[in-house]
Amino acid sequence: MSLDKIIILISSVGLIGFIYWFFLSRRPDDSPMVTTAAISVSGGYSPSVTKVPVGQPVTLTFTRTDPNPCLEELIIPDLKIKKDLPLNTPLALTLTLTRPGVYPFHCGMNMYHGKIIAV
Amino acid sequence: MHCASCAVNIQRLLQRNPGVSTASVNYATEKASIVYDSAQTDPQQISAVIEKLGYKALITNPDELVDVRQQAKDREIVVLKNKFLLSALVSALLLWATLPLLMQTAPLPLKNSYLHFFLASLVQFWVGRDFYRSTWASLKNRTANMDTLITIGTTVAYLYSVLVIFLPQVISRLGVTPEPYFDTSVTIIALIILGKFLEARARGQTSQAIKKLIGLQPKTARVVRAGKEVDIPISEVVVGDQLRLRPGEKVPVDGVVLSGETSVDESLVTGESIPVYKHADDTVITGTLNTTGTILIRAQKIGRDTMLAQIIRLVEQAQASRAPIQKLVDVISSYFVPVVLMLSVTTFAVWYAFGPAPALLFALLNTVAVLIIACPCALGLATPTALVVGTGLAAQHGILVRDAQSLEIAHRVNHVIFDKTGTLTEGKPVVTDIISTSANNKSQATSHILSLAASLETGSEHPLAQAILQAAEKSAVTVSAVTHFKSLAGRGVEGKIHDTKYLLGAPQMFSSIPPQVSRLEKQGKTVVLVGTPTRVLGIIAIADTLRPSAKHAINLLHRQGIETSLVTGDNPRTASAIASQVGITRFFAQVLPADKEKTVRQLQAENKIVAMVGDGINDAPALAAADVGIAMASGTDVAMESAGITLVNKDLTTIPLALKLSRATLRTIKANLFWAFAYNIVLIPVAAGVLYPFTRILLSPILASAAMATSSVSVVANSLLLKRIRLT
Repeated sequence: MSLDKIIILISSVGLIGFIYWFFLSRRPDDSPMVTTAAISVSGGYSPSVTKVPVGQPVTLTFTRTDPNPCLEELIIPDLKIKKDLPLNTPLALTLTLTRPGVYPFHCGMNMYHGKIIAV
Repeated sequence: MHCASCAVNIQRLLQRNPGVSTASVNYATEKASIVYDSAQTDPQQISAVIEKLGYKALITNPDELVDVRQQAKDREIVVLKNKFLLSALVSALLLWATLPLLMQTAPLPLKNSYLHFFLASLVQFWVGRDFYRSTWASLKNRTANMDTLITIGTTVAYLYSVLVIFLPQVISRLGVTPEPYFDTSVTIIALIILGKFLEARARGQTSQAIKKLIGLQPKTARVVRAGKEVDIPISEVVVGDQLRLRPGEKVPVDGVVLSGETSVDESLVTGESIPVYKHADDTVITGTLNTTGTILIRAQKIGRDTMLAQIIRLVEQAQASRAPIQKLVDVISSYFVPVVLMLSVTTFAVWYAFGPAPALLFALLNTVAVLIIACPCALGLATPTALVVGTGLAAQHGILVRDAQSLEIAHRVNHVIFDKTGTLTEGKPVVTDIISTSANNKSQATSHILSLAASLETGSEHPLAQAILQAAEKSAVTVSAVTHFKSLAGRGVEGKIHDTKYLLGAPQMFSSIPPQVSRLEKQGKTVVLVGTPTRVLGIIAIADTLRPSAKHAINLLHRQGIETSLVTGDNPRTASAIASQVGITRFFAQVLPADKEKTVRQLQAENKIVAMVGDGINDAPALAAADVGIAMASGTDVAMESAGITLVNKDLTTIPLALKLSRATLRTIKANLFWAFAYNIVLIPVAAGVLYPFTRILLSPILASAAMATSSVSVVANSLLLKRIRLT
């Protein structure tokens, strides 16, 4: 096998490892507990994890700045919330989560994901 | 507002207002959007500020913003269309200039490779700029999506072509004939944009049902104030207002008829197909159509509280909920794109290291094909689009599904248990027979019986007493005063009328029971006797009338292969009579309201998937215990917590319809998921070239993009097919 092929094979393995690390490795969850959060919606949700206290009203404000139509809907299935996120218009959701747990949310096509953790 | 400068003035004023962070006033749409701090100000204060300038401000409910959003979506679709047309034109020109058979006919300037570079760059970075923007935004969050795949795929093809044009010697040195692939990058973008355009249009159609419901809300109402009739915006109507409604107008609020009579077409809101006759004290529902008469109504529920608003909210909530079948998709979609990226790297490495010459070219093209063909969108759209169409269609027929889970369970239901009173029957007992047991003048005797019974029952709230009192009122018999009144717990009453002691109640209270009693009871009627402690004077039979749709509904369920049963607090004879009248063979009689839940569990223990149909209030525990609770809405309240499905109209044939619809929706979801999975599982390996060693088959990146564009469109189209299902 020629040198270039060996280099390609080795760097491919490295690249796959990088893709795994970049997208799929678990990142330490050090998000602080909040009762209000501004979540920016652009190529995903930032921050993608919001930790909130159980039993207290919390306000999450979503602002979409990304024109990608995938992100135009926000769905929180466990809370039966489906909202349109008009571009550049903040949408404030006030929720009181009565049970601890993870409440995932995603975009209309289930492509971008985030979660609310109630503790 | 008369001119654009009015808008500017209002905007300036608003922005100076404390608590307002941004304000934008649009002259064309006559709308202002204001972002404010609710601690410092509120919409009322803001509208007061605007009114000071001499304008009138109407505060819109966020629910009414749909129009504005729709406009934004429509604009998006137009932009997509234009982008597609441009990229399709460029793609056609490039294909003309490069395809082996066509290129001879192309004019010379078109063959200039620098022109190709210019055109391809235009498509890559102008048409495709949203792909880049979305990719960059995703990468910042360490996530990836379909746009990431398209960006990488087309960029690889584009950059390789740039290299070919500007540094052909580098490519030649690698043993590859330097040929650009601009046609590939451009055509991929054109087809993907076409797919997005078609998908956006089709997706708009999935939610048509709910848009139609929203459109039913009239924008104005004619209010009667100080004897004058004025048209005012619907947002200014308050509870208690008297509103005039003329033929052909839609009911603006939920209200009660004060005067006049008419028939109202409720089909668009409740699915009730026959116009309903309305006169004083009847309830009218927002969004229904007044057809023949003019009526005056009093507003009882407005805005968010109307039945229409509740229906819309329920449907939206159902569409946001997650079907259990979706769980696997959720897991897969969170790994999908990174896994495809890894697969594409593997494809490149394997083709480069082990593929035939020119290895670099094979490696590149197959890598691009893998990136382009993977379609996570089809998977993501499979369940939600079918759910939106299914729940929307259901709502149009007066079926409100609480969530996706209820819909998913409903499709497996094989036993429906009906509560009797108020469900199979109207729930309003009426006196059907009065028989005097004395031989004298019969008609005089029967009115005497009724008079005695009505006297003894005066003031009672019991439904049977109500039936007797109503009958007495109808035949205008005299009601006498009762002394020494005593209620005999659960069996009847006694009291003295003109110094004679009388009893009224269940036959068991009397020592001798007349022979007619058993005949009446066999007919499913409830029998009460009137008499003195020693002698029965008369028999009163009371029955609840069956709903006209009951028999047909049960017949339809049986034809669907679904078993039925009846549960009631009545005695076995009444239960049997009612059951046989509607065609039900199995019944549970003398079941106390609290024990109906046990009946449901008993059926579940027989391995049946049970749907319980009840009124949603008394039957709440049984509805909750059933696999699917189906509640008949009463009045204008439709938000039934205990029920998975709420029926807005009183038509029982809606039940077989709801079950049929749930099966159709689930079938569509399963078909969508199957195709979306199969598509990716089969075509990604084909694009990677696994068939090549055996069949020499490879997928060109252009074909890959065509397949990808079709896949998500076909999923949405399949969901839209649900609308065509024959429901009757």
